[in-house]
Amino acid sequence: MNCEDVIHELSDFIDGELDAASRQELESHLNECSDCKLVVDQTKKTIEIFCDSEPIELPSEVRNRLHETLRRRLKEATP
Amino acid sequence: MGAGLIFSPRDFLSTPNPHRLRSKIAREDEHQLVAAAKSGDTAAFEELVSRYERKIFRLTMNITRNREDAEDAMQDAFLKSYSHLKTFQGDSRFYTWLVRIAANEALMRLRKRRPNQFSLDEPIEGDEDLMPRELQDWGPGPEQRFAQTEMREILSGVIEELAPDYRIVFVLRDIEELSTEETAASLGISIAAVKSRLLRARLKLREKLNRYFQQGRAN
Repeated sequence: MNCEDVIHELSDFIDGELDAASRQELESHLNECSDCKLVVDQTKKTIEIFCDSEPIELPSEVRNRLHETLRRRLKEATP
Repeated sequence: MGAGLIFSPRDFLSTPNPHRLRSKIAREDEHQLVAAAKSGDTAAFEELVSRYERKIFRLTMNITRNREDAEDAMQDAFLKSYSHLKTFQGDSRFYTWLVRIAANEALMRLRKRRPNQFSLDEPIEGDEDLMPRELQDWGPGPEQRFAQTEMREILSGVIEELAPDYRIVFVLRDIEELSTEETAASLGISIAAVKSRLLRARLKLREKLNRYFQQGRAN
C-alpha cells in the first residue's frame, strides 16, 4: 500500500470499515510513513473537534418564536 | 431538485451504524417522552423540542448558512415531526429521525436560495487533488490554545468555506452521526457518493484547520 492508497482508504480506516487485511497493510504503512501518520491523526482530530464542538447558542428570540409557533400550531392540530 | 430528496418520515427507519460514536445526547427517558407525545401529550413533545432545539438549529445553520432559512427549517422540522410522529416506529433514535427531517427542510431552502450554485447531482471531482500538501505538526491539544468562542468561530468559518455538497455530507455523517446509509437515503445519493464526498470534506477541513493549528503559530 502506498501513500495514495492510504489517502483513498482513510475514511474507511477511521470509521473501522476496512477489512482486516487492508487495515493491517495500512497500519504497516503508517509505521513507516510519518507523513501519512500525521494526516491520519490530524483527520481523526478534525472529526473529533467538530464532534465535540458545542452547538451555537439558540438566540432567545428565535427560541421564543419557535415555542410560540409550536404551541399555537399544536393546539390547532389537537382536537 | 434531486429526485431522491423528498422522502416520507416512514423512510427514516434504519439500523444504527455500529461504527459511529455513541451519541452523548440520548437519554433513557427519550422513548417515554416520544410515547407520551405520540399519545397527544404536547408537553412531552415540547420537552423533546427543548432538548434538541440547539442541535437542530446548529444543523440547519450548518446546511443553509442563513439564519432566516435555518430558523424556518428548524420550525418546520419540529412541526413535521409532530404531525408524522405516529409513523415513527422507534427502530432508530428519535433524534436521528428528527435530524433527517430537519436536513431535508434545510436542503429545500438551500436549493431554493441557491438553485444554480448547488447540486448534489453534480459529478464529484477527480482524484488528482486528494494528496495532502500542508503537513505541519499541530502539537498536543491544538484546540485548547483557543478560547471556546474563538474556536466556535474558527469551526464555523472553515465549514462555511466547504462547498455545500461536501459540507452537508460532513455535517450529517460526522457531526450528527448519521450512518453512511442514512446519509445517502437523506440526500438521495449513492453510498459511494457519500463516501467520496466525506473523504474530501474531511481532508479539506483538516487542511483548513492546519492554518490555525500549526504548532508555534497560534498563541
